[in-house]
Amino acid sequence: MTEEQKPDHVDPTWLRGMTMPRMSRRQLFRYAGAGVGALSLSSILAACGTPAEKKTGTKPGGEGSPEWWAEREKEGPGDTIQFTNWPAYIDLAGRDAQGNRIRPSLQAFMDETGIEVVYRADINANEDFYAAIRPALENGEPTGHDIIVITNGQELTEMMALGYLIELDHSLTPNFNENVGPAFKDPTYDPGNRYTMAWQSGMTGYAWNTKFVDGPITSMRDLMNDEWAGHVTLFGNNADAPNMAMIELGIDPATSTPDDWQQAADLLSSFNDWGGLRKWDDQAYLTAIENEDLWATMAWSGDIINDQLYYPEFASFRFAAPDAGTVVWTDNMMIPAKAENPLGAIQLMDHYYQPEIAAMLTEWNAYVSPVPAGGEIVKADADAASGDDKKVLNMIASSPYVFPTDELNAKLHSYRVLEGEEVSQWNDLFLPIFTT
Amino acid sequence: MIAMGSVALQEGSALEGYRLTWHIANFSDAISQYWVYFVRSLRNGALVTIVGLLLAYPIAYWIAFYGGRFKSLFLFLLLLPFFISFVIRTVSWSFILADSGIVFGTLKDIGLLPERFRVLGTTFAVVAGITYNLLPFTILPLYVSLERIDRSLVEAAKDLYASKTEAFRKVVLPLSMPGVFAAILLTFIPATGDYVNAYVLGGPGTAMIGNQIQLEFLRAREYPTAAALAFILMAIMLVGAILYARVLGTEEVTT
Repeated sequence: MTEEQKPDHVDPTWLRGMTMPRMSRRQLFRYAGAGVGALSLSSILAACGTPAEKKTGTKPGGEGSPEWWAEREKEGPGDTIQFTNWPAYIDLAGRDAQGNRIRPSLQAFMDETGIEVVYRADINANEDFYAAIRPALENGEPTGHDIIVITNGQELTEMMALGYLIELDHSLTPNFNENVGPAFKDPTYDPGNRYTMAWQSGMTGYAWNTKFVDGPITSMRDLMNDEWAGHVTLFGNNADAPNMAMIELGIDPATSTPDDWQQAADLLSSFNDWGGLRKWDDQAYLTAIENEDLWATMAWSGDIINDQLYYPEFASFRFAAPDAGTVVWTDNMMIPAKAENPLGAIQLMDHYYQPEIAAMLTEWNAYVSPVPAGGEIVKADADAASGDDKKVLNMIASSPYVFPTDELNAKLHSYRVLEGEEVSQWNDLFLPIFTT
Repeated sequence: MIAMGSVALQEGSALEGYRLTWHIANFSDAISQYWVYFVRSLRNGALVTIVGLLLAYPIAYWIAFYGGRFKSLFLFLLLLPFFISFVIRTVSWSFILADSGIVFGTLKDIGLLPERFRVLGTTFAVVAGITYNLLPFTILPLYVSLERIDRSLVEAAKDLYASKTEAFRKVVLPLSMPGVFAAILLTFIPATGDYVNAYVLGGPGTAMIGNQIQLEFLRAREYPTAAALAFILMAIMLVGAILYARVLGTEEVTT
């Protein structure tokens, strides 16, 4: 049938576009040719493989070297700092006249230096955030962030190894040098704090809402309760669930072998077989438990304690570390390569190592502070306070999850450190469990 | 495509870099490990297409035949929610469908639903989410083809003693087939490749092939496997679309 014969109530051009069974061969080749032309350069490059630039350490005079920092100091800090962190992590005190959130500890820095800090709580999972900024880092372009906060683990290790972070100049961090706690100085994952300074540290454990669940929940297998089916989650990241499963099975993650990992993987898989697990979750679990979608879940200590203490509607939340022990992790501040305001960034990072500023954070977010002197201030504030404030501050000051007791310390483990081949072995084993 | 094909044949890791080794096994490994998800994605895509057509056809039909001078307004109202970002709309659904949210919370409070009832985290939520998100792609081609049908043909059918149903079945439906054809293509292909809905609204047991590609590409950083999966998915869709067009998209549906 030719175009002319088509019934005139159907627009022939439209029909052709929508229904034509085949592109003419000549057209196909023309488009294919143009496509190949456009791709040829990149495909030739791709065909040679994608060599990872092994840039261990800072080049003399390059970004992160003392000379480079000296130059930055001459220039002075820029006008704004882009600070990107996890949600529920910084002190809040209502809103200002323009409706912007007031964050007292950050405001103190802005008032003191006149630098504007753009604070975003955009990080929900290390893997996903790293995946989002990785293309820029790979191409040597700015990521748009001056400070980011990443947990010790695979992503951090890879970023350090690939030269994606700016080496810090500790002559610019007087507060850090003076006040950092022994556990946070020279950590095993970043010897000498070359690239990172701790933001906060916390524990992974279990949370439950006493409206639905009596508790306490002290082991992973407690969650597998048919009565709560559909209202239970575990973290689906490559660190928390695998390490927690090993500890549950009495395996020390630090000395674990691939056989041990298999056992942990079997335990986690059994949650898929059970059918009552709602989701392999990330930071979104906090919204879900607040919405009462979740009744019991794997959780991060401060998130839950903060909700419980500061929001009356969440007073029924509880947090506990499992009996068998738990993982302690550290979220670290760092400056990604090609950051636009590195000097401002390092000054802001150091700002948080003043004891009174550190105390402001602890009193709000109920995580473990890297500044022990700040803890003393929290305890003093608790003694001095009165009424409801006193109750809240006392609970923070006496919480083992904020000021770990010796008994708890003895049960804490770090994430398994993975080297070389182990990384893909680990990921191949665990990641498929979380996406089924 | 060539670039993707070549990445799919490489070996290596993020730290060591990737080299082209013509590692064909990437493809067979990808299939043997992930065939379940291919099947599930194709099934979800088919479900979305069928449900979408059943929903969209009456809507498109009504606007085309009874919309009168408000046709454009109706279409505009229909498209209005879709001016908002895809992801935000999907996340909004996770709030609307929350266990104690405005819908189910209320129904549970008045005792119409058991306390344990939930939609989030199920295949139903995923399929419903994709159907909703792709609804304009289903409605618009249908609307265009229905709108262009000459009403006098329907009149003629009735003059020839066709009942309303018969007139629809023998005149309107066949004449709208090009729209149905296009709607199926425009719905099925994006539905099968979708991963946002499964991520936001789904739970264990609802992941689709798009989620696996995302996992391999972004989280495990196994670029070769991810490229192989994407390549296979594209090949399936391309071959499927060509066959579909050959078999159904021929002249007779346009007559």
